[in-house]
Amino acid sequence: MKAGPAWRAAVDDPAWRHAFAQGRRDIAGAAIGTLAMGLVAGVAMAKSGVGLGVILAMSLLVFASASQLACLPLIAAGAPLWVIVATACVLNLRFVVFSVSWRRYFGHHRRSQRMLLAYLAGDPVYAQFVQRHPQPPAAGQATPQQQGYFLGLALTNWAAWHIASLAGIFLADAIPAAWGLRFIGVLALLALALPMLTDRAVRCSALAAGAVALATASWPMGLNVVAAIATAVVAGTWADRRWSPR
Amino acid sequence: MHLGHALYVWLAVGALVGVTVLTRSFFLLPDGEPKLPGWLWRGLRHAPVAALLAMVVPDVFLSNGRLLSDWHDARLFAVGAALAYYLVRRNDVAGTILVGTGTLMLLRLGFGWP
Repeated sequence: MKAGPAWRAAVDDPAWRHAFAQGRRDIAGAAIGTLAMGLVAGVAMAKSGVGLGVILAMSLLVFASASQLACLPLIAAGAPLWVIVATACVLNLRFVVFSVSWRRYFGHHRRSQRMLLAYLAGDPVYAQFVQRHPQPPAAGQATPQQQGYFLGLALTNWAAWHIASLAGIFLADAIPAAWGLRFIGVLALLALALPMLTDRAVRCSALAAGAVALATASWPMGLNVVAAIATAVVAGTWADRRWSPR
Repeated sequence: MHLGHALYVWLAVGALVGVTVLTRSFFLLPDGEPKLPGWLWRGLRHAPVAALLAMVVPDVFLSNGRLLSDWHDARLFAVGAALAYYLVRRNDVAGTILVGTGTLMLLRLGFGWP
């Protein structure tokens, strides 16, 4: 295999190892949110009445709290597959948006690598990564520092998710609903979003998006997030023309 | 479990895995640069933070689909405390989450707020 030695060489690179450790440290705060959401998803899955084998496969492979939480009741109720897929697609739309950015960092890696890296990149990974490395590499090929940093973030987040969701599945009855763990996940998303409000135009588009998401919250299948993203792009384009930032 | 039902459930889980893989790698799938109009490429810089906040804002201000009518809500104070901390200590994501979580837990478990 060609990837083996190249991978070993990367891990032996001190710059890579330093960046990996840095990524592990930087994700620690956001991992609180990942742990909370993992527990919530695990408990919801354990109490859904779906078989344990299915639950474990879902927890270990789907790796997306929002679509798991939304689609589980649909599966339990026997909803048509297309409704389940459409709901998951809408709730994962933000990852489609993130993949535009990832392309600038990993666009020239091999396709299998690109897909694996993207699969590992949940919300906290994206937010922390672009905060640390706002400038993509010139050639679309991530530097060893960026690769190490990404994997430090992503693998820590991945581990936190799986530990928490397995704990949630097996300890479902010991976790009181009164803790309101789900909202810790919301607080984590908020804390991750705040550093992304880098200039006036982005703050303006984000405000518009938040207002639209609230006003359209009753729309089915999480379509309010689609409305909010569309609003942000239109409002942001207008704001960029008006203020021409950077 | 009925065989047809078992098949349905496994198909659903497989479909969800497919959705995760395909949405996360959507613009990374083609080898060539995807062709989008220039204004859309530029406008998309506004999308990530909007997508995150769109998940947050309704969860803060809505309760069972209705706007909060009572300000005695642990969520509002948790968000307020987190924002205040973030404004004082810029870019401290961990601290922001901890302050928000601490406030939430104090009000919910200590004072029994919703």
